[in-house]
Amino acid sequence: MKFGVIIFPGSNCDYDAYMAIKIVIKHDVEFLWHQDTSLHHCDCVILPGGFSYGDYLRTGAIARFSPIMQKVMEFAESGGMVVGICNGFQILLEAGLLPGAMLRNTTLRFICKFVHIKVENENTPFTNLLKKGQILKIPIAHTDGNYFISDEGLRMLKENDQIVFKYCDQEGNVTPETNPNGSLENIAGICNQTKNVLGMMPHPERASELILGSEDGKYVFQSIVNFFSPAK
Amino acid sequence: MNKENQIGRAVVYVKLKDGVLDPQGSTVKRALENMGYPEIKDVRFGKTFEVTFQKCGKRKPEELLDEICRKLLTNPIIEKYNYEILQ
Repeated sequence: MKFGVIIFPGSNCDYDAYMAIKIVIKHDVEFLWHQDTSLHHCDCVILPGGFSYGDYLRTGAIARFSPIMQKVMEFAESGGMVVGICNGFQILLEAGLLPGAMLRNTTLRFICKFVHIKVENENTPFTNLLKKGQILKIPIAHTDGNYFISDEGLRMLKENDQIVFKYCDQEGNVTPETNPNGSLENIAGICNQTKNVLGMMPHPERASELILGSEDGKYVFQSIVNFFSPAK
Repeated sequence: MNKENQIGRAVVYVKLKDGVLDPQGSTVKRALENMGYPEIKDVRFGKTFEVTFQKCGKRKPEELLDEICRKLLTNPIIEKYNYEILQ
C-alpha cells in the first residue's frame, strides 16, 4: 500500500508525516500537491498539520476548496482511507467529511505540549493495533481545537462509535482538568460513520520515535498498514 | 447604464450561533468587567465582511450573498449571518 501526504500552502507537518511513514514504519509514501487533481493511486491520504492559507477566515475553510480536496472527497466517499491531523482535521470538518466544527481554545492560547489520550474505539482501521482504554502520549499544537457538535450530532457520534480518542491524564481519567482546549466531552479524535476517515488534533507523526519523547503515535500509522495487510 | 451603477456593495455580519461557546467574547466581557464596566452583561465576538460585487441582470444580490455566506463566509454548524445591501 502507499500513503500520500498533501501539501497545502502553509502546511508545516508535511515532512514530519512523510518521515514518520518513510523512516519509522518504512512504507511507501509520496507528497501530493494541493493543486493536483489526482491522488496518484495512494491508498491512504494524510492531510497534515499546519496553518493552511494562514488560517484565514476559519481554520481549514479555504484549503477545503483546493483542487485536490474534490478528489479527496470522492475518494473518502468511495471508502478510501483519509487521515486529518490537527489542521488536516479542521479541513475535514470544513469539507463535511467529518461532523462538527472547531472553536477557539477556551484559554485562547496556542497550546503546544504533550497530552495523554485514551483509545475509545479499537475497531477502526486507525486503531486496530491498540486496545480500547489504552493511553497514548502524543503532543497537541493548536489554537482552534475546541471540538463542538450539536446535541443530536453528539448522540449520533456515540451511537455509531465514532469517538476514537479522548483527552485524559496518564492514568486514563477523562475529566475537565485533563481537557486542554474545552473540547466537548474531551473529544480529541473522531471518525466518520463508515470508519474510513479519521480526524485527530494530537500529532501522531511528532510522537513516532522515542528520541522525540514518545513513539505512541506510530501505532496509528502501523494500524493503517495492518488494516491493508494484516499480520499473520 | 454606466459601469459604476452595476457595482453593488454589501456588509456581511457573521456571528456565532446562540448557545455556541464563544471564548473570545467571554474573555472580552471579563476584561471589561475588570476595567470597571459591570453593566456589560454579555459580549459575542463576530466578523464583518465588506463585499463589492458586479450586479448581474437576472440574479438578485440576495441570492449571490446567501450563496457565498453558505458556502464560504460561514460555517453553518457554528455560525449565522445577516447582511445589509448598501447599494
